[in-house]
Amino acid sequence: MIPAPFDYVRAGSVDEAVSLLGSREDAKLLAGGHSLLPAMRLRVARPGTLIDIGRLGDLSYIREDGDAVAIGALTRHHDVAGSALLQASCPIMAYTAEQVGDPAVRHMGTIGGSVAHGDPAADMPTVLLALEATFVAQGPAGSREVAAGDFFRSFLETALAPDEVLTEIRIPKTTAGWSYLKFNRRAQDWAMVGVAAVRSNGGVHVGLTNMGLTPLRASAVEEAVGGGADPATAAERADEGTAPPSDAFGSAEYRRHLVKVLVKRALEEAMA
Amino acid sequence: MATTETYVGQPMLRKEDAKLLAGQGTYIDNQTMAGMVWMEVVRPPFVHATIDSIDTAAAAAMPGVVAVLTAADLEDAFPAGLPMVWPITEDIKIPTHWPLSKDKIRFAGDAVAVVVAETRAQAEDAAEAVVVQATPLGVVLDLEEAAEDEVILHEDLGTNVVVHWSHGGGGDQSVFESAPVIVQERYEQPRLIPNAMEPRGCLAYGIPAAGEYTLVSATQIPHIARVGLSITTGIPQSKLRIIAPDVGGGFGSKLNVYAEEALALALARRLGRPVKWIEGRGENYVATIHGRGVLHDCTLAGTEDGKILGMKFIELADMGAYFQLLTPGIPELGAWVYMGPYATEAYWYEFRGIMTNATPTDAYRGAGRPEATYVVERLVDAFARRIGKDPAEVRRMNLHPPFTEATASVMGLQLDSGNYEPTFDRALELADYEQYRKEQASRRESGDTKQIGIGLSSYIEMCGLAPSAILGALRYVAGGWDAAEIECRPFGKVVVRTGTSPHGQGHETSWSQIVADGLGVSPDDVEVWHGDTSVTRLGMDTYGSRSAAVGGEAVRRAVEKVREKARIIAAHELEVAEDDLDWSDGAYRVKGAPDRARTIPDLATSAWHAHALPPGVEPVLEGTAVFDPPNFTWPAGTHVCVVEVDTETGKTEIVRYVACDDIGNVINPMIVDGMVHGGVAQGIAEALYEEAVYDEHGNLMSSQMTQYLVPSATEIPTMVLDRTVTPSTTNGLGVKGVGEAGTIAAPPAVVNAVVDALSHLGVTQMGKPATPERVWRAIQDARGGAA
Amino acid sequence: MHVSVSVNGTAHEADVEPRTLLVYFLREHLGLTGTNVGCDTSSCGACTVHLDGESVKSCTMLTVQADGREVTTIEAMADADGTMHPLQDAFHRNHGLQCGYCTPGMIMAAASFLKENPTPTEEEVRTSLEGNLCRCTGYQNIVASILDAAGQTSGVKA
Repeated sequence: MIPAPFDYVRAGSVDEAVSLLGSREDAKLLAGGHSLLPAMRLRVARPGTLIDIGRLGDLSYIREDGDAVAIGALTRHHDVAGSALLQASCPIMAYTAEQVGDPAVRHMGTIGGSVAHGDPAADMPTVLLALEATFVAQGPAGSREVAAGDFFRSFLETALAPDEVLTEIRIPKTTAGWSYLKFNRRAQDWAMVGVAAVRSNGGVHVGLTNMGLTPLRASAVEEAVGGGADPATAAERADEGTAPPSDAFGSAEYRRHLVKVLVKRALEEAMA
Repeated sequence: MATTETYVGQPMLRKEDAKLLAGQGTYIDNQTMAGMVWMEVVRPPFVHATIDSIDTAAAAAMPGVVAVLTAADLEDAFPAGLPMVWPITEDIKIPTHWPLSKDKIRFAGDAVAVVVAETRAQAEDAAEAVVVQATPLGVVLDLEEAAEDEVILHEDLGTNVVVHWSHGGGGDQSVFESAPVIVQERYEQPRLIPNAMEPRGCLAYGIPAAGEYTLVSATQIPHIARVGLSITTGIPQSKLRIIAPDVGGGFGSKLNVYAEEALALALARRLGRPVKWIEGRGENYVATIHGRGVLHDCTLAGTEDGKILGMKFIELADMGAYFQLLTPGIPELGAWVYMGPYATEAYWYEFRGIMTNATPTDAYRGAGRPEATYVVERLVDAFARRIGKDPAEVRRMNLHPPFTEATASVMGLQLDSGNYEPTFDRALELADYEQYRKEQASRRESGDTKQIGIGLSSYIEMCGLAPSAILGALRYVAGGWDAAEIECRPFGKVVVRTGTSPHGQGHETSWSQIVADGLGVSPDDVEVWHGDTSVTRLGMDTYGSRSAAVGGEAVRRAVEKVREKARIIAAHELEVAEDDLDWSDGAYRVKGAPDRARTIPDLATSAWHAHALPPGVEPVLEGTAVFDPPNFTWPAGTHVCVVEVDTETGKTEIVRYVACDDIGNVINPMIVDGMVHGGVAQGIAEALYEEAVYDEHGNLMSSQMTQYLVPSATEIPTMVLDRTVTPSTTNGLGVKGVGEAGTIAAPPAVVNAVVDALSHLGVTQMGKPATPERVWRAIQDARGGAA
Repeated sequence: MHVSVSVNGTAHEADVEPRTLLVYFLREHLGLTGTNVGCDTSSCGACTVHLDGESVKSCTMLTVQADGREVTTIEAMADADGTMHPLQDAFHRNHGLQCGYCTPGMIMAAASFLKENPTPTEEEVRTSLEGNLCRCTGYQNIVASILDAAGQTSGVKA
């Protein structure tokens, strides 16, 4: 199937993209296109204008910035997965990028596209939430930073204003214990449930994929671990505050069970 | 060039590959014509509804639109509805099935209008703009609920229970009451979506003034489709040509005559322009036939020491919203294998076909036989569990003894040949059966999270469709013969016209091997032409693991006819009596003077220039054979699957898969292995991954490849294959057929393995596919607690 | 929208609707029909081609995204004299194809993968094919073909 007709504009800079977003009705940004184009082919997404930011090469980078690593929003999953810097200073990022889609998808899909799309079933947002990443957005009034915890608002809805462009993702260097467990029935699919666990200052941050309308933090688990609970005991609280979907892959009830198993295993792996 | 090598039995590399590897396949979407327009079918978003109105005005006004037509506009285009060729009982109720529905929508794929436009995109745009107002009706998908007739799909039929067929039973039925052990089980098998990698598509064009039309279609059955489409469109068969170009997989889904084919022909005739239609994947999921969709109540009668006395099966089969080409006959294709490879004494099978608000079902790889084998093999495992015996031991002691001549079976037909025990033993040996049993015991002992299960499946299948007289007795309207025409061109090349219509099976290669051996030529000098009713005038096409046993045998017989004629010419040229000639080393040779010889290329040239043929011999060296098999062929085998089940997540991994099959003689072992690999993969997919899932409103939730889980290389294990050989007695090649074996054998082997992994926890029931959630729930249920 | 795309080493200039998917540009504008379409959701991988030497799904890309870039399709894998690419040859020798519909995508995916990992294990090959579906072969001979091609070539050509 072929997308419904749309206008196409290529942005030469982030500023231009921002101004186009402000001036065009019903406009969408096109980065790698791997969330947007399948929806457009099925005609469930019908933007009036596509603003192509895919050529903004200056938004594709991975570099050290003090205690943090800064990743340009247009960095492809493939490049995140293969980054020596990330493998050394934040291996969960490189590992998780390799779990996204399939090789061809990772050659086109970008980390910023995945974050801005805000799909609760996507892998990278969960990991970024667990890492307490910071997102840099540029709008008409300039740049601002949004904490990952404040970014994912509802289903496919983020803190980005309609005329803002996500430009950078900043993560703390983290080589302490970590785990990302993606459970799916077929390797290429979205996670049925995913769990990210990252040790941090004696505690652990736990992120959940596809357990609600947004990627979630398993605060009850974090609290239990902080209180000295072992992984199995802490994991019993993994579904607190979640609202998992029921779909062709499985029921909400099963996901509530699964997330406990995966959190237990992720904690064991991260604490090992 | 003459050659003396033997090719049959060799793993000859495929002649088909070069063009496919180069990206030069002729698949339907690669074909285009001057003046061609695109057809798009309008399928409104209703599952069951009465059509109130269809407004085509907005669509008709859109850019590039040539025509927008509804059933009313095409009233005179179709003298008859779409064909169903297997009215299996006298009192079967057959719904009329028009290419476009006139007044009701009965399933999500029901077409109500067509749009024709200059480009693909314009046709898609305009199809969206057709406005259909309809009043929703109640929806029935559940078979038992549909059988209650509270919602009826076809009011004129008065019921959804459109057919009841009974085998009538064999042997002493009293064992089902009196046997020491009676096992009763219910097994449900969901609908499956065939998923040939190439969706369907077709291109229709013609010469209106001459009334001649051609349909190029991604079909398995150009010859049968010509008959069917002629009836539906009224275009005489003599003016209708069907071409199957390279076809990207079928698995039964292209063994049909579809509405879109009839519509494209009707529009080409109406508009006088070539009309092309290409199916989208989501469209394929609702508009192309589904498979399976059955519910069985099963009874096994046996003894405490493991003897199977009888098996009885009562089935409800989901027909979908209409009959497609073979729909009601599919359960009946399974009716003859419910005894499996076992020497059971009593037999009962019957089924009811039920109309539901879903895509019509029809032949999907295995067609009836996987459904049957699944329940037989699950039931045998349930029996073994009941009496506390090893399932391998129970199977082995019940295997039918060997036979080399046609032998009557309790189900009423004759089996051609069989020797099941060596196949069974070899499978267990290759699977390290005893070793895995030990590993299983040790994991159970230690209470490991991951438990080992071993599943067996011993099957028999009915292939080589089919002896025409038996088909007639079973009320199928066509025959089961096939044909081959061999034409020996002057100077050495041979053309074979086969009535089979391959779409991945490699007939060009395998038939070349047969011809090369028979005529003493190189396979490179043999060209196999297929899939075009104007080129290969006689044929019954490719389905039901029939091609080698029927079409391949026709090739062998055509070779014999060529050789008979060649012998007459050779004797004449060598000035000896025919009896003084031997066929040896690829030529006719004078007995005692082997250097005095004529090869087939020599004789083909003589016969072509015809300068000095013997009296009464017609020019040209050729031979035609039409072969009607005396019986079905009956392959058999045993597959063993070892799984590791994560008892916490419910996820199953296959750690070993062994397939040992007996498919008679083998023409090309490389091709045969490939078909077993693919069949097993499809069976594993059925056992663990694939299922058409519907919501409570009857909408297909697994509506795209993102939700319908066709597995990838990551999910499918490496398989270990072997074979035993018990030649078929129904054909001179001794072949039985292999296209469906893997798909028939694998599902129960895998699901039995999953149950076996959990049986020590008390698990006895398991749905198919054995998804992680189903496995988890089974464990919960066995523990007797809520989740 | 005007685009300039290099396909198999030849520069092509064309005006296309922005919604033209790359796969239809290749198939319908350039007549390169070797690249197939099997789904609408980037699931099946039949449409896999190379963009600047790396595998991408050409049904999930707009032609305008390929503007100014280099696309390689199955048609360019063999040498000009018709000698098959080692992967094509390995698929032939190992019976890595049946109906052939997924094959161009499989070969393009494998070629891209082997550039990144020239000496893969069987498991790595299988994982690399997670986005390419085949319904005929059960993958066994596809995996064997790719391992074979990896063994016989040093530095598989793009």
